[in-house]
This record gives sequence, C-alpha cells and structure tokens, in this order.
Amino acid sequence: MFKILHKRLLTGVTKLFVVEAPLVARRAQPGQFLIVRVREPGERIPLTIADYDRSAGTVTIVVQEVGKTTRLLGALEEGEAILDVVGPLGRPAELPETGRVVLVGGGFGVAPLLPKARALKERGVHVTSVIGARNADLVILEEELGARSDRMLVATDDGSRGRKGLVTDVLRDLLDAGEVVDEVIAIGPMIMMQAVAEATRPAGIRTLVSVNPIMVDGTGMCGACRVTVGGQTRFACVDGPIFDGHAVDFAEAIRRGRMYRAEEQEALRVWEAAGCPR
Amino acid sequence: MPKIRPERLTMPVQDPKERRRNFREVALGFTPELAREEAERCIQCKNPFCEDGCPVHVPIREFIDLLQRDDPQGALAAILRTNALPAVCGRVCPQEDQCEKLCVLAKRYQPVAIGRLERYVADLARDAGRAVAPRRPRGPRVAVVGGGPAGLTAAGTLAGFGYRVTLFEALHTVGGVLMYGIPEFRLPKDIVRAEVEGIQALGVEIRTDAVVGQSPTVDELLEEGYEAVFLGTGAGLPRFLHIPGENLDGVYSANEFLTRVNLMGAWRFPEWDTPVRVGRRVAVIGAGNTAMDAVRTALRVGAEEAMIVYRRSPAEMTARHEEYEHAVEEGVQFRFLTNPQRILDDGEGRVRGLEVLTMELGEPDRSGRCRPVPVAGSEHVLAVDTVILALGTSPNPVVSRSLEGLEVAEWGGIRTDEHGATSRLRVYAGGDAVTGAATVILAMGAGKRAAQAIHRDLAQRGEAVGG
Repeated sequence: MFKILHKRLLTGVTKLFVVEAPLVARRAQPGQFLIVRVREPGERIPLTIADYDRSAGTVTIVVQEVGKTTRLLGALEEGEAILDVVGPLGRPAELPETGRVVLVGGGFGVAPLLPKARALKERGVHVTSVIGARNADLVILEEELGARSDRMLVATDDGSRGRKGLVTDVLRDLLDAGEVVDEVIAIGPMIMMQAVAEATRPAGIRTLVSVNPIMVDGTGMCGACRVTVGGQTRFACVDGPIFDGHAVDFAEAIRRGRMYRAEEQEALRVWEAAGCPR
Repeated sequence: MPKIRPERLTMPVQDPKERRRNFREVALGFTPELAREEAERCIQCKNPFCEDGCPVHVPIREFIDLLQRDDPQGALAAILRTNALPAVCGRVCPQEDQCEKLCVLAKRYQPVAIGRLERYVADLARDAGRAVAPRRPRGPRVAVVGGGPAGLTAAGTLAGFGYRVTLFEALHTVGGVLMYGIPEFRLPKDIVRAEVEGIQALGVEIRTDAVVGQSPTVDELLEEGYEAVFLGTGAGLPRFLHIPGENLDGVYSANEFLTRVNLMGAWRFPEWDTPVRVGRRVAVIGAGNTAMDAVRTALRVGAEEAMIVYRRSPAEMTARHEEYEHAVEEGVQFRFLTNPQRILDDGEGRVRGLEVLTMELGEPDRSGRCRPVPVAGSEHVLAVDTVILALGTSPNPVVSRSLEGLEVAEWGGIRTDEHGATSRLRVYAGGDAVTGAATVILAMGAGKRAAQAIHRDLAQRGEAVGG
C-alpha cells in the first residue's frame, strides 16, 4: 500500500496527490511514468510522474477524473493509500543541455512538465512554458511551472485567462515572431500533441511528445501500448513513452486510445447505478 | 507378480459441452481409488529412468512407492524435497516428453501416469492443509528477480539452504506465467497461491510492485548487501508478424489477451475493472501451448467460434497433445497450412477479416520441420473480428539494458554458463530470460541449478550459509 501524504484539488475534476513511494522516488527521472492500481480488483492504469522528491521518498501524480478508475482514485483522501504504485517505468526524457526550449502542456498534461522544467533550468536552458485549458478555472499549476520557467504563457479557449485560443496558437505566434526555438516538448491530450507536432514540422524543430496509450502490465510484457513511430511498431512502456512527435502515427494512436470506450462507459454506468461504492 | 494393467487410468474431466463456457478446471483429478490403482502399475524399477527425465529430479519411484503403501503425506514430503510446486507441475508439465517418456512400461504399454499422481498427492495434502512451520533463515541475503517458475524455484531452493531470500516481482501478484498466462481452467489460481504460500513458509520474503532494472537496479541490490542476484525475468515482449493491420482494434498479443483475462480477471467485467473484448469469431495465430490457452479462453469469454490458424501441419504443432485434444473436444476449429497475409480493416479501424494463403509442405528447414510453401493463387479471407497472435516473445530489455557488463545473445537472451552464472560476478539467470519461451518445468530446473551454483560459489568465497 502506498500512503497519500498530501492531496490538492487543482480543478473540480483534477486532483494532485503526493504519495509515499520511496522505491519509485529514488530513481525517477523526468519523462517516466507509473502504473497504479487503486484497489482490488482494479485495473492497472499508467500515470505520468508529475514530480518527485528523492529525499522525502515521494512522487507526485495528477489525475483527471474521466472514468471509474480515475474517479475512485480521485476520491481517495490524505492518509488513505493506493493499493499498487509501480515504477519508475519507461525511459527518461533526453533533455537538451543548452539552448531555448518551449514546453507545451494541455489539460492535466501540464503536471509532468514540472520535473522537466526543473531539470532544464538546472542546466541553464532557457525555458518558455505554454499551458492551456478551456477556461481560467481549469488552468492548473501556472504558479509552480512559472517559477521554474523563464517565461510563462497561457491560453484559454474563451480568453478568460491569457491569450484566447489554443496552446498551438501561442506556439505559432512565437514562431511567426521569429523566436529562436531549439526544441519543443509537448504533453497533453493526443490531439494537442499532434497539433503541436504539425506546428513545428515546417520549421523542422525537434519536438518530443509523451504518448499515453492503454497499458496492462506496463513492464514490457503485453504489447497493448504499441505505437507506430516512423513506420515501426514501438512499445511505449519500454521504448517510450517519449517519442519524436514528427514520427508518431497520431491518427492510429488516437483511435487505439478509444478502443475500450464502450466498456469504459459501461463500467461507469454500472458503478454509478450501484451508488459509486468505494 | 500381478499382471500389469496395460492402459493407464483415465482422469475424469468436465464435459466439453459444459466446460467450453466456464472457467472451472477441465481435468478433475484422480479419486483415491483411481490413484491407488494407477500407483500399483509402477513396477518400482531398480534403476528408475523416469527420474532422469525430470528437470528437477523428483524422486518418482519413492513417492509412488509411498502411495502404494497408502502414505500420501510421505509421498508429498518426498516430492517437496526437490520440487516446491508439485500441484503446478502435476498439471502443466509435459510429462509425455519427460518422465513418462522414459517409463519402462512405455516400451510395451502406456507409461505410469506420473503427472496425474503427482497432482493427486499435492492436491490431497493441500486440501488437508499443509502444516509447515514457518522458517526464519539467518544466512546471507540473496535477491531473486521475478516471481515466475524459475524465480520461485530458485527462491525456495536457496531458502532451503538457509539463505535469507527476497523475491522481487514487477506485477502486483507473484507467480509470473502461472498467474498471467496459464488460464484458470488449466491451473486454478488458488493452487498457485497455495504453492507460493508454501515457498513463503520457507522464509522467502516477497516484494511485489518492484521492477528491478528500473528501481532498484541489480547494482543497487549488490551494494545493499545481497551476496548474489538471480534473474528470472521471464519472457518479454510479444512477437508480431509485421503484416498490415496488426494495430487495428481487435488485434491482441496472446500475452495481452491472457493477462487481461487471467491476471486482471476480465471475464468478471464489469464487476472487476479490466475489460476484454472478443467478437463473435476469433482467430488465434500459432499452435503452441499459449495459442491453445488463448483459443480456449476466447470460447469461455463468449466467442461464438474460435479457430487456430497455423502455417504448418499438425505434425509440426508444438502444443501438448492433450491441450490440442481438449481444444478439439471444445469445438475449436483448426486451419493448418494457412498463412496470415494481412488483417483487414472494416473502415473504422476494427478487424473485419484475416486474409490468408494456403500452404503446402516442402523441404525440411533448419529446425528439421518441413518448410511450408505458399500455393499460388490461394488467397482467401477468414471472416473474423478478433485476431490473437501467439507467436512467442522476445526477451524483456529492462534488466539487461540497466546492468553494465551483462552479456546478452544477439536475440536478447541473457548469456549464462551451464550452471546459470552470467558474465557478471554474483549475477545468475535462468528460465525464459535465458532460453526464450520454454516450459514451466525447464524454468524451474534452471532456477534450481542456479540456486545450487550460488550456494557453491558463495561457499568457495567463504560466504555461504555456515561459511
């Protein structure tokens, strides 16, 4: 069991947890992920590591409640425990040593940018962070990420905070203004990462994305997480989860991510009909 | 001497018409009467060749002798001296290629049903409650990586020598392929749990949710005071055919399909959280034991039709004959000499069919099996909506890429000497991680040999138990 030391509501449906997991914390690096099982007989879901503190032996995860499992997780309180937390899994991000980097985060994908921003700042890389959400209430971790960035830019769909538009609009503004960008790292919904990759493709700017496919074991055994990258089948759990955004077959990845949509809805419906038992 | 009954006794099984739709065990086991009668068929050879066929050298003659004397507890104690997982082995070992193949009776009659007797002894004792006082070894510490058959056997053997063993398991449950791979109807999970408890009673500490190679690393384990590390990390990533359509919805590796159903309990969805989707018609590509497990599981989770698609002929099939027979009885169809070409898209990213080519047998290939060659113009489409690939696995890269100086073969398997020692001092390996996908009992044999090698090597350094 992995104890929840701290819980914070980022939005109504987005929760941040600091979890006691010393084995994970001591070797976690930016870009890696965890497998979590909330309770018996729960499913195994992958979550990107949002942050870690080696000396405290803790890892931070951010969960957006979309289905039964994420709602069960989101309902846990400080002092309660998560049944299984496994990691760190996957390969660390290969971050640049110098230059100017733009970090792009959408939705709860903003959270895993935190350790990357910290690692980049420590190296002296110039960091611009671009984050987005539907409206001002849904913008998360602006202050935390801002503290680790040289520049912080926000976009909302309705213009209630920052620029009105999408994160890709902000990114395009920068590129159109002739800004020097050596590398872009994008984390968020697949559709957002796809749009970012398309925005940087004409200029040939190296663009890393963190894919989040369906996984079962997450340790290199089942092959559920296969992603086509540059025409080759790669396994996100052991080859990724970070890949070259210009080479990822996003259309396939998006479709595969929805494979169990009907079952996800059924599980939620049955659970809600039973009164959402914990 | 009484006349020997030429045929072995038949073990009762669940009616195929019933069992093809349930997850209860297919083979029901011997009754005491059947076991006694089968045991009587053993002539107690002075030189028991059968034992040479067992990778862990179960004292077969002795345990059957004890059964003949109506002492099943004594029989169990004899088996447990060399085999910590008898209820598992009695069910899933390919005895027909091992002990039973070398039985003297096999020259004229059917061999003694050694596997069924082993299972009978193990089950009887488990039902009676195995009264083993928990032990607390005090010797040096050894780490075992991977809780499958190789790791469990290595851990049990080392604990038996008196080492303090910690077993690290990546999944949330220990047992490896016994839990995620082999289905409930062939190996009930309660039986695996009971045998794991038996190993824990020897003093083995189990740590689940620990992916060695990621955290901790093997080097960290050695620095923390483990005198040796055994790697039993098992089979890794599933192989694919690299034909068009493999990433369509409705295409699974057998590993994924079986893990969803066995480990995650998807057949109980939505009460259990992990789903699995099988359509009406399922094709399983391959004809090994894993393919048989997958195709029979597909029927049980609701497929109307399930078929094996195999590019070679029945003679080249690697599945145990018993598994093949059980599959046939349950209504599985077999399409031999049928080679998949591509998986067809229904236009929305889901499988609508499997295009195949008919083959005929040509000259033998390097493996000695006749090479299948395509029949020109024989392309046709099998109307299926689910495709499961059971083509074996390639080694998991996690441990080997994290451990400097560990030699691996070109195909990725860990290199060891015949005792299981790797190129790294104090690091040993065995099972599928070394040999590629093989059987439970071969992995157990490797785990046992490596445990003995660890004991011997530590003794030479004066670090062994009592050293």
